[in-house]
Parts: sequence; C-alpha cells; structure tokens
Amino acid sequence: MTILALDWGFIIEKLIMIAIVVFASLGIALYTTFGERKVAAILQDRPGPSRAGPFGLLQPLADGLKLIMKEEIIPSQANKWLFILGPGLAMTASLMTCAVIPWGSALDVFGRHVELQIADVNIGILYVFAVVSMGVYGIMIGGWASNNKFSLMSALRAASQAISYELAMGLALIALLMTTGSLSLKTIVEQQVQGHWWNVVYQPLGFLIFFITAMAECNRTPFDLPEAENELNFGYHQEYSSMKLGFYLFAEYINMIMSSAIMASMYFGGYDLPFFNEASVAPNIAAMIGVGTLLIKIVLFIFLFMWIRWTIPRFRYDQLMGLGWKTLIPLALFNMLLTGAVILAKL
Amino acid sequence: MQALTNKAQAVNRKPMTLLERLYLINIIKGMMITFSHMFKKQPTIRYPEEKREFSPVFRGLHVLNRDEEGRERCTACGLCAVACPAEAITMEAAERVEGEETMYREEKYAAKYEINMLRCIFCGLCEDACPKDAIYLSETFAPANFTRKGFIYAKSDLLIPNPKTEASAFAEAKGVEA
Repeated sequence: MTILALDWGFIIEKLIMIAIVVFASLGIALYTTFGERKVAAILQDRPGPSRAGPFGLLQPLADGLKLIMKEEIIPSQANKWLFILGPGLAMTASLMTCAVIPWGSALDVFGRHVELQIADVNIGILYVFAVVSMGVYGIMIGGWASNNKFSLMSALRAASQAISYELAMGLALIALLMTTGSLSLKTIVEQQVQGHWWNVVYQPLGFLIFFITAMAECNRTPFDLPEAENELNFGYHQEYSSMKLGFYLFAEYINMIMSSAIMASMYFGGYDLPFFNEASVAPNIAAMIGVGTLLIKIVLFIFLFMWIRWTIPRFRYDQLMGLGWKTLIPLALFNMLLTGAVILAKL
Repeated sequence: MQALTNKAQAVNRKPMTLLERLYLINIIKGMMITFSHMFKKQPTIRYPEEKREFSPVFRGLHVLNRDEEGRERCTACGLCAVACPAEAITMEAAERVEGEETMYREEKYAAKYEINMLRCIFCGLCEDACPKDAIYLSETFAPANFTRKGFIYAKSDLLIPNPKTEASAFAEAKGVEA
C-alpha cells in the first residue's frame, strides 16, 4: 500500500496554489482589459471608462456580464466540435503556462514549507515553450472550424507568425540558458537573487529579441495581424459570440500576463527586490514582499505592452516576416555566438 | 517644368540610414510622445454632469415673449411664418375680446402657434422678422422625443412663463434665454 501513502498535505497545498494562481490570473486578466482601455484613453487625452462604479472600476464586471448574457451562436456550416474546442484550447494553453512560474520564494505555513510555485519542473522553460506552441492550435482550430474565409486567413497568419517568431525566441533564450546553465525557472530566479546583477545586464540583446518575439507570440500590436480589424474584420474570432469570444479575448490577456511573468523571471530577477536584504525581515514577510515585487514587475511589463500598442501601427505582413526571418533570427544567432565566445573566454 | 507656386517641395528619397532602419529609436521617440500625452489636459466634457456653455448668439429653441405686464406680444401677423425658409411655423389668428386685455397686448393675437422642430433649421430669421419682439431663439435645444408629433411644439410649449404670476419660472426661463 505504499502507493497510496500519499502526502495529502502536499496535494492540498498544490490544489490551493493552483486555485489561487488560476483565479488570480483570471482576475488580473479581467482588470487588464480595463487597464488597456484606461491606458489607451489616457494616452489619447480621453478619460476612458468612468461610469460603472468609482473611476469605472466595475466596468470589467459589466463587460464580463455582457459577454455571458450574449446569445451563443454556432454557425450552421461550422464544425461544432472543433468550434467549441478552439477557445477552450486557447484558454487552457495560456493558463497552463502559470504552472512553472515561481511567484515567490517559500512560505512557512502550519509548520509546512510551501514553495510558491506550482511545479518546479527542471525543464520549466521548455515546458513553457511547449504549452505556448499549443496555444496557436486554439487559434488555428477556431479559425478553421468557423468555416469563414476571414477566420481561416487569420488562423494561417497566426500560425505562420507564431512559428516564425518562436524560432527567434528560442534562439534568444538559448543564449540566456548558456549563462544560467539551468532550464528551471526557479533556479534561474534564485541565481539572480543570489548574484549581483539581473540577467538583463548580461543579455540585453537577448532580452530585446525575447521581448519583441513575446509581443508577436501574444498577438499584440504591432504584431496583431491575426486580428487585423481593417483587413480581416475580426480575425479568427469573427464567428464567435458570447463567452467563447470572451475566452479568446481573455486568453490573449492571460498570455500577456504570463509572458510578462516569464520575462520578469528570466531577465529581471523574478521576485527579487533590488537593494533589499531579504534576511532582515521574517521569511514569510520576505516571501510576500517577493510576490508583490513580481506582481509590480508584471504590471510594468503589461503597461509597456499597452504603451507600445497605442503608439505604433501594425506591421505589414511581409514586413513582419522580414523582421522575423531576416533580422531577429540572425541577431539571435549572433547573440548566441557572442555569449558562447564570452563564456569560452572566461573559462 | 515651371512651378506655378513655390509651395512644392521635393520628396526626400534618400535611402534610410542604419539608425533609421533600426526603427527602435523612432519607436522610442513615438512612445515618448504618447507618454507626454498622459499629462495633458483632457478636453472631454463629462456630459450629464458638465455641460458645455453655449455662445451668447446660440440659436436654440424658440420662446414666445411676453411684455413686462405678462401680456403676450405676438399679434399673429404671420411675418415669421413668411420669413421661415423651412416653413416650420403655422399660426391661426384670433381677435381679442373684452376682458382679455391683461392676456394679449394688441387687439389681435395668435390662437394657435406651432413650430415643427423637425423642420426648423434654427436660422433665426423669424426672430429678425418679428416686428413686435415676440419670438426669440433661446440657448437650449429641442430634447429627443419618441414620436414625430412630439416635435411639433404648441403655443403652450413655447410661451415664456408669466412674469406676474410665475415670477421665479419666468426668471429661470429668462436666464436660459439671455
């Protein structure tokens, strides 16, 4: 019976962590939509949503309610099973990313040592890549199953864009992994907490490439060609209504949060608060400060995403491909070689 | 070719320099511009709470005027209806009878006076045409309505409150009318 001798505390602890992280991601995503509208408005000298609740803070709830109340429409010529699978897959893939992100160091609760990470997988970043590449299936399946030319077109664009930019993203990451020597996100963050500098100091070019490709992976402007309103009406979610549309929209925002979290963890020290000695306060308080620091870093990255979105226009499709294949991939390769040369010279 | 004006400018077709082709610097410049807009004053007027002030010469809803003693000034001469380019004004005249001297200023008055606010173009020519200072355009506009009939304003809708009997309402109407 040794198989059943499970550590129930461990399972409960992880289940609670999963629940907190998933609901927190959904809540933050809800308010990111609000933040997006506010940021867009303020950058354009407008007040933005301000009617629902104080400062319009209840606006996302109203939006969510509206999405749920809308009629559920499945086009008669659509492939029903895949049509429903699409948004579910997009949402699942974007939520699965959060499993390996270290949200903080560790808490001591009721005599238990609780790591603030759902799973410290030793190939954490590879797992993220695998899940993110699955996310594009959500878009592709949804776009194809809609049986609409615009949706199909946009799904094709999304797929080719994701494939092109994942290459540069992976190459930029390899250079970072050569310096850290580990694929585990926890280890990468701990190295930055212990070390003097954050990884962005060692890998500025790598970070720039990663940031640009992350923006492309999230389908954010200037890389939002899959949902280019002026040429594809609404892109791959053209035929979707009600909460299925909501899932696609939320998945995009959760992707944004997750890529911000990953960028913060990989290049900006994760839950490391600079110029602050964690040993000077109680370990639990230090861990909570760490979580807060990571959240602030995520918010800053999200703001950067929005700021860029409301500043520059969309790329043309050939420009997008040209940038990906002819600029970012050679740059990433160069960065990789440079990092390798520096590591060799240091040996 | 001889240029007609000296306004034409040669298009700069120089190939972009490396810095320009890098694109990043220009993106950062653009982002600085948008960032500076965060601190600019918003021109928005939050409508139901705040209202934009109309200019003193704004031509809005019509008001049928009374004199200081509260008598209607309109004599139903029809000059406003004639002047109206949109043919929005209709009226029926009636003769004042004994005992109505406190209600109507002259011997003749408008028994019926209607303006179709859907036809009216708010040009103010009725105001110019009136020899008796009886019609004015105020600084309010016609509110929305559910039916077309609702836009035909009768005399009771147009007449300014009586300064004798409803002094406060008259003052209010006067304030808006300016």
